[in-house]
Amino acid sequence: MSLIELRGVSKIYHLGGEEIRALDDVDLDIEGGEFISIIGPSGSGKSTLMHVLGCLDSPTKGSFKLDGTEISTASGRQLARIRNEKIGFVFQFFNLLPKLSVLQNVELPMVYAGASAKERRERAMEALHLVEMDNRAKHRPMQLSGGQQQRAAIARALVNNPKIVFADEPTGNLDSHTGETILRLFHELSRKGRTIALVTHDPEIAAVTPRRIEIRDGKIATNVDARLAGAKEGPKFDIGTNAP
Amino acid sequence: MNWFNAVAVGLLEILANKFRSLLTMLGIILGVCSLVAMSALTKGMENGMKEALIAIGGLEKVRIEDQDIPVWQQHMADQAVGNTMEDVYALVHSAPLVTMVVPEMRSRNITMTRGGKSFSPWNFIGTWPNAVELNQHTVEFGRMFNDLDEENARNVCVVGTAVRDALFGSPEQVGRVIDPVGEFVNISSQRFKIIGMFEHYESAQDKKVRQLEAEKPAEPKASGPERSRGYGSMSKGASRSTGGFVFDLKNNTVYIPLNTMWLRFRAASGTSSSGSSGYGGSSKSSSSSSSSSSTGTLGSTEFVPDPRLSTLSIKIADIDKMDAALQQAKNVLMHTHKGIEDFSFRTQENWSEGITQAISNARMSGGIIAAISLLVGGIGIMNIMLASITERVREIGIRKAIGATFSDVFTQILVESVVIAIIGGLAGLFTSNLLVKLLVAMSPSENTPVITVESMVMAFAFSVGVGVLAGLFPAVKAAKLNPIEALRYG
Repeated sequence: MSLIELRGVSKIYHLGGEEIRALDDVDLDIEGGEFISIIGPSGSGKSTLMHVLGCLDSPTKGSFKLDGTEISTASGRQLARIRNEKIGFVFQFFNLLPKLSVLQNVELPMVYAGASAKERRERAMEALHLVEMDNRAKHRPMQLSGGQQQRAAIARALVNNPKIVFADEPTGNLDSHTGETILRLFHELSRKGRTIALVTHDPEIAAVTPRRIEIRDGKIATNVDARLAGAKEGPKFDIGTNAP
Repeated sequence: MNWFNAVAVGLLEILANKFRSLLTMLGIILGVCSLVAMSALTKGMENGMKEALIAIGGLEKVRIEDQDIPVWQQHMADQAVGNTMEDVYALVHSAPLVTMVVPEMRSRNITMTRGGKSFSPWNFIGTWPNAVELNQHTVEFGRMFNDLDEENARNVCVVGTAVRDALFGSPEQVGRVIDPVGEFVNISSQRFKIIGMFEHYESAQDKKVRQLEAEKPAEPKASGPERSRGYGSMSKGASRSTGGFVFDLKNNTVYIPLNTMWLRFRAASGTSSSGSSGYGGSSKSSSSSSSSSSTGTLGSTEFVPDPRLSTLSIKIADIDKMDAALQQAKNVLMHTHKGIEDFSFRTQENWSEGITQAISNARMSGGIIAAISLLVGGIGIMNIMLASITERVREIGIRKAIGATFSDVFTQILVESVVIAIIGGLAGLFTSNLLVKLLVAMSPSENTPVITVESMVMAFAFSVGVGVLAGLFPAVKAAKLNPIEALRYG
């Protein structure tokens, strides 16, 4: 059984009587441990797909199973619980809470999970160690560079040990060098067994991942698995010109 | 997220916006402050009223006063004689629900003189010995006159402290206790012996002030010659207890036996024509009703001074049987007055009801003002919470994305609002204490504002309630935010 199973998933918006199919009958499977990228130009539906996959939004039609649980009929409360326990988010603008320290930011998902203060602290420090940010735990996000903030955000995404991490344009707000280190970090995490989905509009970043899913007009246009296609194993880090 | 975390997050948010939170709290602080201060003021009024009510003799005391004869009885006007001693004896014997009857004869324009000082008491009253009990007087020095003094119409008087202050000097000025018992004074040129003096009546507040003054070292006495204290003493005594009119009135009382009054002051020319003391006894006979005081030149055997009483006070056995007792007294009086209704009852109940009404009105209007200011404070909180969540849409989006549920966000915003209200409420209680102290310092009237625990608890509960109400709408609004849109915001 796949970690994620989409069967005939559609997301339909109504704008002034006009029907907009942001997702149109999408079938998709993602296995545990995969490192994939979802690419597509803006307006293609990749964000909607990520929102549905990330349990921020429910599909209008179709079935979505995450880790064997049917999501499409879940209540808001159940979705929040699933987001908390099984999904980690990394955003383009880092989205750390500016009033909290890095450590408190990383602890936040565990606060909602109901972990004890001691456990929160231990696991948060562990996660920060993983992204080599443990020496910045007491800093405020504003005192950190973009790359450091993104590392902290990744630590926060990982701290509840999620089934899958979604990264929405994680390098979009970073210079190329820093972006590259962040991508390396994702690759490293992938090697350690994490399931990671990169969402980007940039084909060069998408080229880092073994599997690429291209979305166009709400449908999956191409679904290329580099490993199956016999391409060279491993990522390419020759992405010097991805500055926004 | 547990409650402790929620409160911690709320506090953090408040600390992060100190000035804004303070301004928000100001509404609640003022609301709580006005609620507590208002209730303290009305409580002070209530206490003052209770003291005054006790000072004038309690609710059981009823005064029977002269009244204009009703129109339909005008033709019998010459038969009406007003309240006389006949009524007194009739009430004593025939009205069992009336436990005490006290006749009073007042005389106006009386001047008391002693050693070059003179004083006009407000109440110069001839009465029976039981007046002390009815009017709740306490004799501090000497004694009240007794039935024998009354019987013999002796020239004795019992005075209030105002008389002492005017004729002997007040203890504060002289610096020692003054006991006027045994001294003689001239009352309208007649020699009277002071046989007793009442204690000094004052409100609890005045007493406190006076004791505080007494504890201070008495500097003026040590330096320089003693100044004359003629009028000054009186004015000083009066100014000290400005508000307590009831107490002033009581202190300004001089009691003499009823018969003495009748014989020495009611006789038309005042002094000479009054006969022996035995005459007073015979005057109680039924013949007294028809004569009038205008016949001053008659021979002494036929001369009877004006027998009318100024007031007739009765005491009711039981406050719950007030109506029955008044009806009984009315029946008796209708007999003695030959069916002419030239009297009326004046109960303290009317007076007390009037004051209670005034207090409840004051409380009502004060309460409404305080409630409105608390409401305004609540609206202030709601306003700031709405602004705050608009400012933090992104934060709420992040929190929801990493797993905050509806109730997590709802609790967070609500707790923030309630914490603001609680801090504001506590600060308001503190401020109200200062405010009431300030009020007391600025206006030391007898109606000292009294802060009650109930009012503080109520004000605090109200402020918390306002915080909850004000937080509900913003909290629901924040908790309902769509995480996707919230993340895209800003």
